[in-house]
Amino acid sequence: MSGVDTTPATIEEVPKKLWGYLVEFEDAAELVSAAERVRDAGYKNWDAHTPFPVHGLNDAMGLRPTRLPFLVFGAGATGCLVGLALQFFTNAVDYKYIISGKPFFSLPANIPVTFELTILFSATAAFAGMLVLNNLPQWYHGLFHSRRFARVTADRFFISIESRDPLFEEQRTKALMESLGSGGEVEAIWEEE
Amino acid sequence: MATTPVDNTYSDIDNTGEDPQERAPLVTGGHDFTSVTESVCRITEREKTPTAWYVAFAISLSLLGVLGLMVAYLFLTGVGVWGVNNPVGWGWAIVNFVFWVGIGHAGTLISAILFLFRQKWRTGINRFAEAMTIFAVACALIFPGIHVGRVWLAYWMGPLPNQMQMWPNFRSPLLWDVFAVSTYGLVSAMFWYMGMIPDLATLRDRAKTKLRAFFYGLFALGWRGSNRQWERYERAYLLLAALATPLVLSVHSVVSFDFAVSQLPGWHTTIFPPYFVAGAIFSGFAMVMTLAIPTRQFLGLKHIITPRHLENIAKIILLTGSMVGYAYGIEFFIAWYGRNPYESFAFESRAFGPYAWAYWTMIACNVISPQLFWFKFCRKNIWVMFAISIVVNIGMWFERFVITVTSLSMDFLPSSHGYYTPTWIDILTFAGSFGLFFTLFLLFLRFLPVVAMAEVKSVMPQAHLVHGEHRGLGDYWGDMPGQHEEKGEQHLKPKTTEDKA
Repeated sequence: MSGVDTTPATIEEVPKKLWGYLVEFEDAAELVSAAERVRDAGYKNWDAHTPFPVHGLNDAMGLRPTRLPFLVFGAGATGCLVGLALQFFTNAVDYKYIISGKPFFSLPANIPVTFELTILFSATAAFAGMLVLNNLPQWYHGLFHSRRFARVTADRFFISIESRDPLFEEQRTKALMESLGSGGEVEAIWEEE
Repeated sequence: MATTPVDNTYSDIDNTGEDPQERAPLVTGGHDFTSVTESVCRITEREKTPTAWYVAFAISLSLLGVLGLMVAYLFLTGVGVWGVNNPVGWGWAIVNFVFWVGIGHAGTLISAILFLFRQKWRTGINRFAEAMTIFAVACALIFPGIHVGRVWLAYWMGPLPNQMQMWPNFRSPLLWDVFAVSTYGLVSAMFWYMGMIPDLATLRDRAKTKLRAFFYGLFALGWRGSNRQWERYERAYLLLAALATPLVLSVHSVVSFDFAVSQLPGWHTTIFPPYFVAGAIFSGFAMVMTLAIPTRQFLGLKHIITPRHLENIAKIILLTGSMVGYAYGIEFFIAWYGRNPYESFAFESRAFGPYAWAYWTMIACNVISPQLFWFKFCRKNIWVMFAISIVVNIGMWFERFVITVTSLSMDFLPSSHGYYTPTWIDILTFAGSFGLFFTLFLLFLRFLPVVAMAEVKSVMPQAHLVHGEHRGLGDYWGDMPGQHEEKGEQHLKPKTTEDKA
């Protein structure tokens, strides 16, 4: 559904609470300058949403670099040690046998497997670490209540501020967001209690 | 439903010109984010599956059935049904294994190495090239799995505790191979899937049926394009690319160790690792071209996989083909220069012995045919490119055949020389592996996002914060995360950066 359908989702007779506000932008440059203003206003529980990674947005949002590289390095070092230990234990301790007069354990012959396990462990850490740090999978999220948010994966840019933010005040936050957008209305997102 | 008019914006627009004043567009036809999304998604969203797809799928599935029958027959009877004999104990199984693993290498080269080198044109072709890698590795893994004789004991290749209290021999290159290829398969699959998450979310958000919404939603993992997530995602992508780069170079090196670590003349050479890696990239790019030409034609992706993409692939084929030709020459030079009679005999019999027909087929296909790509005409004509890519695929299969079989059939003792001929089981098993490959590839084309939409969007001019700015700030996907941190302040105010241009 890439069509513009800005009608809010139907509100049924269940108790609702305000999840937060959402505002839409048409291009990346506008989003970046808007993000700077939200950052400077001091909000914490807010986010920018884009169809592709927009560089400059990390700084504009004041994000700190992720810890992922340290995780990956740790996993790689573990993989390296596991590879060496596995080969040492199996071929030089637990089941020694002479083959072609080769030593039971010697680095040159044991490098390939050590290397592969280093890569395997670090790549798995990069992939799984990205998911865990990003709280994925997360099949439910308040933003999925918004219909127009569906276009975030196609061609639209958004900023959302959550109601759980300590600075969140319905009127003030809404006013700030209205001043950011390119004339687009600020959408209130409701979720079930 | 936004309806983007399907007009000549999807047709061939020549962007192969070399004008230093102007960057060639990566996406032709004046597209924007909306129409790029639309043109990729409509491939999987069309309600009626095209008849051509069914025809191709039926052929592939039949071939896959042939593979199943051949493998079943092999399991029930034994490896005696193959043409392997004494002295040629390694026949088509290893040839096919090296052939398929080699093909996989181009996908990783495109997704990882070209990413590190900031080659933005990779975004149009990386998704299906990575898919090709995974399917090729799947085909490759079949052969060592089934060639062990007693297949029910294939798990002995892994370091698993067992009742015999024995462990595998880690000093053997064959075991290195088990680790290298399985690591390669797993890392490629993770890389592929991770790259696909944002595009699966696109398909989820456009889904019109419950079924599609459920399955794409399930695999999109709840992706919502959050910049906090993109930040970690991009870092993870960069790390995976940096890890996959040495990995892909190591995999075919380890495959070459299977040969080079043995004592056989013609195999026992130090040139093997780089020579195998160059050959792998050569054959893989040929396969990318074989797949890209019909894919862009039938799926209407000519604006994303442009003539310039094909031209670049042709140039890589020319480069790696020349490297392979150089390696063939150096092998002969060293055989002569080393003054080892067995080594020179091995090479004489390669070129002029009973397998001369295979050797000269290989030379014609791998060394001579890609030289046509020196001519711009050949790099622009899709028929020539398609034909050469097929010829190169054939030639690279012959290369592995020549290496494996000629050295084994005539080694040290003339009394144990022999000639190898494949049986029809060998031939049908190899044909069947193409069935597996194309079955998987056709399913991919029908159900998954064929082009990495998020990546393509990030290299379009509209993604630049300041339109028309060309000093790299706008090259989002291509930039290192954090690369602009120290000049971040200027970067934050995009409207004031003209003076830096």
